[in-house]
Amino acid sequence: MYRFASFDEPLLNKLPQRKTKISTQSPHIPEKLRRSSPPKIPNLEEQQVVRHFFRLSQMNYGIENGTYPLGSCTMKYNPKVCEDVAGWREFTDIHPYQDESTFQGTLQILYELEELLKKITGMDAFTFQPSAGAHGEFLGMLLVRAYHELRGEDRNEIIIPDTAHGTNPASAKMAGFEVIEIPSNSEGTVDLEALEKVLSDRTAAFMLTNPNTLGIFEDRILDIERMVHNAGALLYYDGANLNAILGIARPGDMGFDIVHLNLHKTFATPHGGGGPGSGPVGVKKLLEDFLPVPRIRKKGDRYILDYDLPHTVGKIRDFYGNIEVCIKAYVYLLMMGRRIRDVAEISVLNSNYMKEKLKRSGFFDFPHRDLKKHEFVMSCQRLKEEKGLRALDIAKRLLDYGLYPPTIYFPLIVKEAIMIEPTETETKEDLDRYVDALISIAEEDPDIVRSSPTKTPVKRIDEAYAVRNEILTWKDI
Amino acid sequence: MPFIPNLSLKEEMLKEIGLKDIEELFSDIPEEVRIKDLDLPEPLSEEEVVKRLREIARKNRPFPDLLSFLGGGVKPHYVPSAVKHIISRSEFYTSYTPYQPEASQGYLQAMFEYQSVISELTGMDISNCSLYDMSTSLGEAVRMGYRINRRKKVLIPRSISWERKSTLKNYIKGLPVDLVEIEYDRESGKLNLEDLEDKIDGDTMCLYIENPNFFGIFEEDVDEISSIVHDRGSILIVGVDLLSLALVKPPGEYGADIVISEGRTYGTPMNMGGSSLGIFACRKEYLRNIPGRIIGLTHDLDGNRAFCMTLQTREQHIRREKATSNICTNEALNALALLVYLSILGSEGLVKIAKKNLENARLLHDRLVSLPWFKPRFKGSFFNEFVLESTQDVFYMNRELLKRNIMGGLPLEISFPELKNCLLFGITEVYDDKDVDMLIRSIKEVYHV
Repeated sequence: MYRFASFDEPLLNKLPQRKTKISTQSPHIPEKLRRSSPPKIPNLEEQQVVRHFFRLSQMNYGIENGTYPLGSCTMKYNPKVCEDVAGWREFTDIHPYQDESTFQGTLQILYELEELLKKITGMDAFTFQPSAGAHGEFLGMLLVRAYHELRGEDRNEIIIPDTAHGTNPASAKMAGFEVIEIPSNSEGTVDLEALEKVLSDRTAAFMLTNPNTLGIFEDRILDIERMVHNAGALLYYDGANLNAILGIARPGDMGFDIVHLNLHKTFATPHGGGGPGSGPVGVKKLLEDFLPVPRIRKKGDRYILDYDLPHTVGKIRDFYGNIEVCIKAYVYLLMMGRRIRDVAEISVLNSNYMKEKLKRSGFFDFPHRDLKKHEFVMSCQRLKEEKGLRALDIAKRLLDYGLYPPTIYFPLIVKEAIMIEPTETETKEDLDRYVDALISIAEEDPDIVRSSPTKTPVKRIDEAYAVRNEILTWKDI
Repeated sequence: MPFIPNLSLKEEMLKEIGLKDIEELFSDIPEEVRIKDLDLPEPLSEEEVVKRLREIARKNRPFPDLLSFLGGGVKPHYVPSAVKHIISRSEFYTSYTPYQPEASQGYLQAMFEYQSVISELTGMDISNCSLYDMSTSLGEAVRMGYRINRRKKVLIPRSISWERKSTLKNYIKGLPVDLVEIEYDRESGKLNLEDLEDKIDGDTMCLYIENPNFFGIFEEDVDEISSIVHDRGSILIVGVDLLSLALVKPPGEYGADIVISEGRTYGTPMNMGGSSLGIFACRKEYLRNIPGRIIGLTHDLDGNRAFCMTLQTREQHIRREKATSNICTNEALNALALLVYLSILGSEGLVKIAKKNLENARLLHDRLVSLPWFKPRFKGSFFNEFVLESTQDVFYMNRELLKRNIMGGLPLEISFPELKNCLLFGITEVYDDKDVDMLIRSIKEVYHV
């Protein structure tokens, strides 16, 4: 039987502290600016600190604890060697303003990683500066803006399907665009008539995830491409779901002008509990001169940082990006090489395998096109009506089985949505165990399911209380 | 096959779900967009990859093999071994954003502690769980300022890094606001208060200052600056060096409304500038306008203490285009690294290190100005970076120093043409007298003394 470790671990400031006498006075600080008393950071022994965080780690679930099939998040195994290499001092102890002749190694990695990503996506140039997917989207929107502005066109609308990630509309809005949302059709793909209706000389770009967040491939992509480009707009690719088509099809060949990738999804770098990630942006030639500076180029056998780019949008953060994440992805890609096609095939096979088994169980409904890619969305609406079980209840009960729940209530167009992405790194036994757990939960006494989880460090949490009471630091307690 | 266990079970699994061929799974992808010939290298074994990377790594010259005295915000700090060990616990680093709080209590508690520590250091009421870096924190701070007072004029010092300025410009592209630069005082290096008085008005949304500023100089007149800003009903955004806050009055005490900072190198290595950690703290009245994730304390059904992400209706996964920011993945693991770093140092260690930084900076400063080729450029007092003016061509000097495995100060004239032959030097607690000796000796060598 599965049980989480559980500790009544006090907050850091409640651990027993050693007595100290600290003076914050220094003649080198202007008198008006001197701190009157030291900041209240507890003074502890190293072993206390280590034990504290060790215990906290044991109350946390990561991909190494077990299956983590969060839809649209691609939680695959993170190879250890990638961590080790990125941690070598030759890579870590480099100052960003060192002379470029003294970090030729890192520049070579970035240059070669760019070449690999170009081949994988069919794009013409990449920048590694975005720190995460949403940061890449924001840069993409800045590129769209700069492109139309230079051509003297006043285009202020971004079109987005109703299945899009929340970051898409948020990024478009941040770059100053108006967002127009269009519905999906009964297949779960873009409704071409709806798209035709909103496309105009005001359209700046259409943002699309392919396969989309329902795990369905947009098979009319070439029609979409033609319509969008005929309207004078650009086509943007959200790379969150690239895992499904690695080595099989390329966004560049589908006519996308801009893509962002998530190295912390598709290319096996760890998610870190919410970063650091990396969201490289790739573009076709027509947008290359708008990318952030510097670009990394090869001159003879030297790598250089090139700041001379005619239409650059400038910077979206300091320096060159989350470099250590790029190094991990590079190591992963050298190990995979041509085998990335196997990644796509098996991630799609695993997903369809789970979908088929769950479908046969008869408890869940599978709207839209039957053939899925690397993830699928099912609805537990019938279980809700018949047994009072919501997607949330099923998710929480999975925790008692020692399994991490899927993404729930997304995309918004599916009622009581459960979105599962197993990835290629799980074994068949893992997939079977997960399917069996979901079926077993559907058959369980609904009261047990609704009162889950019980084997986690805490039971179900009162999130409304947190909103009402605003206890956000230990001073607020 | 590494990392794809079911590859050998392909036929069996296909059969189980009634398919004959893997191709059937991709039948909806049009032939026209299929890859005909995948142009990628043959896979390498782990051993082969490590060997290749060893060769590549040799082309880098890390600190201190290359002894850097560069200022400009990034400098090497010592990271206690325990920090790397803790953030390498895979329960932390292989987890996702804590959307299921019952399975993420450890990380959530740590992030609550992070918010608490940031609030202690900055003197602000609240902190989020991180943004990408300090420059994007500035971008988000100004965007928040616009949400708060809808004013159109954004005042920033002329003396900030060009990269930060450029990032800010991009972050406000979508807003109807203008950037106006405030001059620095040519003698002291501090913000020019007369220029501030001239440019601030009733339509001023905010003033951003850095303390210490880009030239390393402390802005002593923060109380005066704060009154000027608040008299106009504007917002004061302050960018700080976290370490300096061990000794310097927290911005919350002089009226800052938003405080931003950079966590890179406090718990994590320089990593060529990335990854990074954008710190963002503010007054509680702005709570519902904050960008990014916030952790709150609550309880579970049995009344036990528990933590969860809170006020999520600000965020993109709920509010979409009406969200306060598009940020999703942030820099959580680096926030954890900073928390562990600070926990190991304690206030005692932090104060000690801050003092060592002050002392080393004075040592380096005095040794350099004792040479015939340098004089101080500004009169203001400084933390661990400072500007010297040279009588010589600084690019030539730096090229010569590089041959001796030293990076000299950062030339400022590229961004500030009036600061010809001025160098921004930086130093921290990890340097000792011998390092400074080596720099001085090498400079003398360059000029054949």
